Amino acid sequence: MIINSRFFNRSELMGFIALAVVLFVILPLTLDVFRLNLVAKYLTYAFVAIGLVLCWGYGGILSLGQGVFFGLGGYCMAMFLKLEASSVENTKIQSTPGIPDFMDWNQITALPFFWQPFHSLTFTILAIILVPGLFALIIGTAMFKRRVGGTYFAIITQAVAAILTILIVGQQGYTGGINGMTDLRTLKGWDIRPDHAKIILYFVEVVLLFACIGIAQFIRLTKLGRILVAMREQEDRVRFSGYSVANFKIFAFCMAAVFAAIGGAMFALNVGFMSPSFVGIVPSIEMVIYTAVGGRMSIFGAIWGAILVNFAKTSLSESFPQLWLFGLGALFIAVVLAFPNGLSGLWADYVQPRIDRLFASRKAKAGWNGNSVADSAPAE
Amino acid sequence: MLVGHQPKDFLLAVSGLTVSFDGFKAVNDLSFYVEENEIRVIIGPNGAGKTTVLDLICGKTKATSGSIQFRGKELTKMKENEIVQTGVGRKFQTPSVFEDLTVFENLEISFPRGRTVFGSLTFQRDQLVKDRVEEVAEMIFLKDRLNTYADELSHGQKQWLEIGMLLIQDPDLLMLDEPVAGMSVSERAKTAELLNRIIKNRSVLVIEHDMKFVEDIAHKVTVLHQGQILSEGTMEKVKNDPKVVEVYLGH
Repeated sequence: MIINSRFFNRSELMGFIALAVVLFVILPLTLDVFRLNLVAKYLTYAFVAIGLVLCWGYGGILSLGQGVFFGLGGYCMAMFLKLEASSVENTKIQSTPGIPDFMDWNQITALPFFWQPFHSLTFTILAIILVPGLFALIIGTAMFKRRVGGTYFAIITQAVAAILTILIVGQQGYTGGINGMTDLRTLKGWDIRPDHAKIILYFVEVVLLFACIGIAQFIRLTKLGRILVAMREQEDRVRFSGYSVANFKIFAFCMAAVFAAIGGAMFALNVGFMSPSFVGIVPSIEMVIYTAVGGRMSIFGAIWGAILVNFAKTSLSESFPQLWLFGLGALFIAVVLAFPNGLSGLWADYVQPRIDRLFASRKAKAGWNGNSVADSAPAE
Repeated sequence: MLVGHQPKDFLLAVSGLTVSFDGFKAVNDLSFYVEENEIRVIIGPNGAGKTTVLDLICGKTKATSGSIQFRGKELTKMKENEIVQTGVGRKFQTPSVFEDLTVFENLEISFPRGRTVFGSLTFQRDQLVKDRVEEVAEMIFLKDRLNTYADELSHGQKQWLEIGMLLIQDPDLLMLDEPVAGMSVSERAKTAELLNRIIKNRSVLVIEHDMKFVEDIAHKVTVLHQGQILSEGTMEKVKNDPKVVEVYLGH
């Protein structure tokens, strides 16, 4: 039973196994491709949620602008896919063949310089990590070195989200404007649209998600993870213990940005388009809500939050499109007022003790039968 | 004043230190010197600027003018974490410990190693760290509470934990802001014993109101009043200074 008990404690191990079984086995076996693709879309937000657990849950840095990084990652991926879909052959009816269709519509006659490197997949993958990472580094350095924090920081990230949306919408010829980048077709010649591709992409995404869980869990268990918690509570004490608080905040914020960007890139691949409606204020706040509902102190909780809230969003907004936003708002208020640690907090308070009791009673029974193997399990 | 000839053997030399908040001079042209291994106690009525002096030394507040030299290094131009790394430790008035972490983790964070982002990612909890944490935990009477979360500790225990967090940093200058405030009589006695043990081989700057406690530990006392030094010297001398009796000890 005790596998790798240092990396995950028992309840985390159970959370890990449960999530792995659901994502790798149950969902692919029970859902049709359309629904599985929807889950893939929900899971792109789970990446953002993992980042927010580190940055907000642990570090206490509330960012209301994660859509920015989700969007940057997504746009980097979409630019590569769009270029591949805009081959000279595919675009021969345009007045300038070989450039994306929206550029042609906007009277642009040559591929802009910053689009050029996105012909390379290697560059694109690096850009997905580095562009949002560096942008977060700049924002983080500018804010945290000046001791801007708390609400002010949240508002500034919110403003950045608004600015980026306006920029994308305004620069239609370079970004595809309000429609975003649509009609993405192939990845290195491999068609991403048919059902079998969607299934493969789903599994790629789940594997990446578990890689990110591993990284986040590693960070959480190092001294850096404990410093984040310490910083959230007593920033001055951390400072006067000889740490540069700003650097640790910048690190957490950059990690959250990179996780969000990976989610964004997977979004472009799985959903097949990218648009400013995933960048702005509303999606950024929604991302915080998923995390809060799932539990901002728990990596697995936040992932479940992202899946369940998005599932609810799809189901409810299909039937009551007007009510959804009110529902989401009410949910957020309920979380803040009634269960601040979200679903994972409810689980830890009500479900976990019962499971523990079940285990304990089994153990006691085994011991009574003269079989004390359970008790002699190594402690380390 | 004495700026011209600063003798080298002063650990801390504060000269002409002034800080003004919107024109109000909380500390006004203050100069004092602390020697190696000296226990200096700062006393004075409320609002005299005692805590502000500690804030200025540890970098929490920036000085308007004046200089603070620690082992020849100018502290007024350094960041807080750099000041800590040169060997100045500060305990706050209200216990500030990390309540969501255990006693062990609280002490471990203060262990002076792996203080950069990368260093803390690769930090290993090796035998040296464990031994040092246990050693300090024993000194601060928390040896059997290492795995207790700090929010379950009593007020006095939190104060001890914070003192322990400073101890593990092993600073050359230890600054304590009212270390026995709010403690019970027995905790107070234990704290005095603890302080007497930890002040060996380092200089200590203490703010305290408890006169008996001050008499017990002080080598030298500085009395502050309205941001300036009213009197300075041994406890005996200060106690009999008519100015001090008038503004502070008289009531």
